[in-house]
Amino acid sequence: MKVRIHVSLKPGVLDPQGRAVHHALEGLGFDGIRDVRMGRLIELDVTDDTSDAQLDEMCRKLLANMVIENYRIEKVEAKEPAQ
Amino acid sequence: MSFRSAVITFPGSNCDRDMAVALELVSGVAPHRVWHRDTDLPERLDLIALPGGFSYGDYLRSGAMAARSPIMQAVISAAERGVPVLGVCNGFQVLTEAGLLPGALMRNAVQTFICREVSLKVETSQSLFTSAYEAGQTIRVPVAHHDGNYFADDETLDRLEGEGRVAFRYVQTCNGSRRDIAGVLNEGGNILGMMPHPERAVEPEHGSTDGRGLFESAVRALVSA
Repeated sequence: MKVRIHVSLKPGVLDPQGRAVHHALEGLGFDGIRDVRMGRLIELDVTDDTSDAQLDEMCRKLLANMVIENYRIEKVEAKEPAQ
Repeated sequence: MSFRSAVITFPGSNCDRDMAVALELVSGVAPHRVWHRDTDLPERLDLIALPGGFSYGDYLRSGAMAARSPIMQAVISAAERGVPVLGVCNGFQVLTEAGLLPGALMRNAVQTFICREVSLKVETSQSLFTSAYEAGQTIRVPVAHHDGNYFADDETLDRLEGEGRVAFRYVQTCNGSRRDIAGVLNEGGNILGMMPHPERAVEPEHGSTDGRGLFESAVRALVSA
C-alpha cells in the first residue's frame, strides 16, 4: 500500500522559506500570489496490514514535529493492472 | 571528587571535540566520549553534553534523527533522573526534538546561515549552568547555525518567562527567534539548550572567554553538591 504523508507548517507559524519563494516568484514577474507555504511530502510503501493508528503514530513520533507542523495521511489507490 | 562528564557524538557532529576540550579545560578531567549507537552511558555522570554539528545531515529536520538514536533513550532517562544535560546548537535542536525542552528551532528568518559573534544577555543566574554570571550581564559568544529560529506558542513562551526558564537572550535580533530567545531551561532546571557556542569562547585566542562561566557554573555546582 502506498501512503503519502503531507507535512505542512501550522497556520500562524512564520515560514521564511515560503516567503523567500514568494519573493522569487514575484521577481520572475508572476503576480497575484497571496501567500506561499512550504511543506514536505513523504511517500511510504507499507504492507496492507499497516493500521491507521500505526501510520498516525509514525507521523506523531517522527515524520512531523507537532510543535510547528500538521500532517495529513493520504492512502494512494493501487493502480489498475496494465492491460 | 572529580567531575564526570560525557560528550555524545552523532554522525555529523562537528563540535564534539571543542566541547570535550572546553570541559577538560574548566573541570580538569577529560570527558567520556560516547557514540550515538551506544545504548548505555557511563555511570554517575555530572553532565551530559550534546554538541553542535549537523547530525545525520539534518535529514528530515535538524536534530530529528539524532533525537531517535539509540543513545538518546539513555540520555532521556538520565535527564529524567535529574542528570544535568547541556545541548549546544544542534544539541539544542536534538533536545527539542526529543521532547526534553519545549518549542522548536526553525530555519533562520533571514534564510542565511549566520556565523558571527553575538552579544547575549544572561537572563537568570539562578541555574546550575549560569550561576557564575550575574543576571543582566552581557556576554560575547559565537553563533553558527542555519536553523536557530526559536519558536514556541505564546502560552509556552509566557510560562518560560514566568518561571525564569529563559537563560539567554540575543541583545540584537539574530535569527528571528521569538522574543529573541537564545537558550532555555527545562522545568527541573537540569537541562539547558542554547544556539550560541559557549565552548568556542573559553580561551583568549578565541577572542572571548565569556563562555567559560557556563562550564564553571556546572563544575562548581556539581563538585560542591
